[in-house]
Amino acid sequence: MIANYGYKDGSGDFFISIDTDKCDGCGDCVEQCPAGVFEMVENEFDIEDDDELAAVKPDQSRKLKYACGPCKPAAGFEKAELPCVRACEPDAIDHSW
Amino acid sequence: MAQDEKGAEYWRWTESRWTSPDVNWQDGEVVSAGVDVGSVSTQAVVMVDGKLYCFASMRTGSDSPESANNAMKWALDGTGLTLDGLHATVGTGYGRVNVPFATKAITEIACHARGGNFMYGPTVRTILDMGGQDCKAIHCDERGKVKAFLMNDKCAAGTGRGMEVFADLLGVHINDVGELSLKVEEEPPPVSSTCVVFAKSEASGLLREGWPKEKVLAAYCSAMAHRVVTLLERIGVEPEFAITGGIAKNPGVTTRLSKELGVELKTTDMDTQIAGAVGAALFARALYIKKLRKS
Ligand code: SF4
Ligand code: SF4
Repeated sequence: MIANYGYKDGSGDFFISIDTDKCDGCGDCVEQCPAGVFEMVENEFDIEDDDELAAVKPDQSRKLKYACGPCKPAAGFEKAELPCVRACEPDAIDHSW
Repeated sequence: MAQDEKGAEYWRWTESRWTSPDVNWQDGEVVSAGVDVGSVSTQAVVMVDGKLYCFASMRTGSDSPESANNAMKWALDGTGLTLDGLHATVGTGYGRVNVPFATKAITEIACHARGGNFMYGPTVRTILDMGGQDCKAIHCDERGKVKAFLMNDKCAAGTGRGMEVFADLLGVHINDVGELSLKVEEEPPPVSSTCVVFAKSEASGLLREGWPKEKVLAAYCSAMAHRVVTLLERIGVEPEFAITGGIAKNPGVTTRLSKELGVELKTTDMDTQIAGAVGAALFARALYIKKLRKS
């Protein structure tokens, strides 16, 4: 499943997507993100699955543009260089901007 | 199908409850329940062996646990069924962890997909939930399992709350807003902002200019439809397409939305506001059966 967290406003699309089929629940993104965007949650989408999943915190999803603001230029605006994307071995995290 | 039993202020949607004439809980093996505590409204649904038995839909009070209790109490009213008779209950919606009698809390996204699958049939692939305070687009498979979703809860624009503000401003009953907005001969340009605060002052200006109510409503409904269409671009619309939540009852928004998207909307004879609670009740049933299998 692709979970899209974020919003769209006059200045653009600000979404982080997590491919829950790829996410192995390692928690590295939670640790590496300097802004505390991620959290580990119970997989509420599949009652047969007891493993945890990464998700964007609800209060963060409403201000992603600002939460990720410092990271983007620091990574040279290269998606692959973002701490979260680098941390995620199975390549489950994507950014829309 | 739902009948109104309680009056409410004219701009508010009417609270309702319903019991199926064809289902008997006494004959059921699994009696499961779902409670959807949203920011604006709360729904409680009881299902007997996967069939809709009864429900209640009311405004959410200031206290989530109390709202959940009240909605369930009203749903069970006159059925002879009590809380103890429920085998399993799932809470959903923004207040999902505050349902005192729930076995488990499950995100409303999963519940809307499951409930939409039940209400609109297994051919539904895209569900747009337009609720009181947010808007969610969900792709699901033939079993109602979520394949992708997008949630927008940044502001009240494009939601039931925004529509209430408008109904209040114009003195039109919330249930009549959609029909009235379709009475315009020519579609006016949409209001430039769907942000409730801006749209409200824009609408006041249009009224002062002498625009009739239906024209102002048309301009707002189409702005709301357009905003949701741009949101849907991110995830795409796979037919068949259905809308759940309170705004699904507003033809002023839904007809404009389906026109702009160029897709037909699926219909249901069930109350679109109960989709999340129906999904929750179906999850509760699955959880109970899973538990039985284990023991
Ligand atoms: S870009 Fe930076 S701040 Fe944004 S989610 Fe990734 S690690 Fe966190
Ligand atoms: S780093 Fe990737 S795999 Fe690990 S929890 Fe985060 S999203 Fe999941």
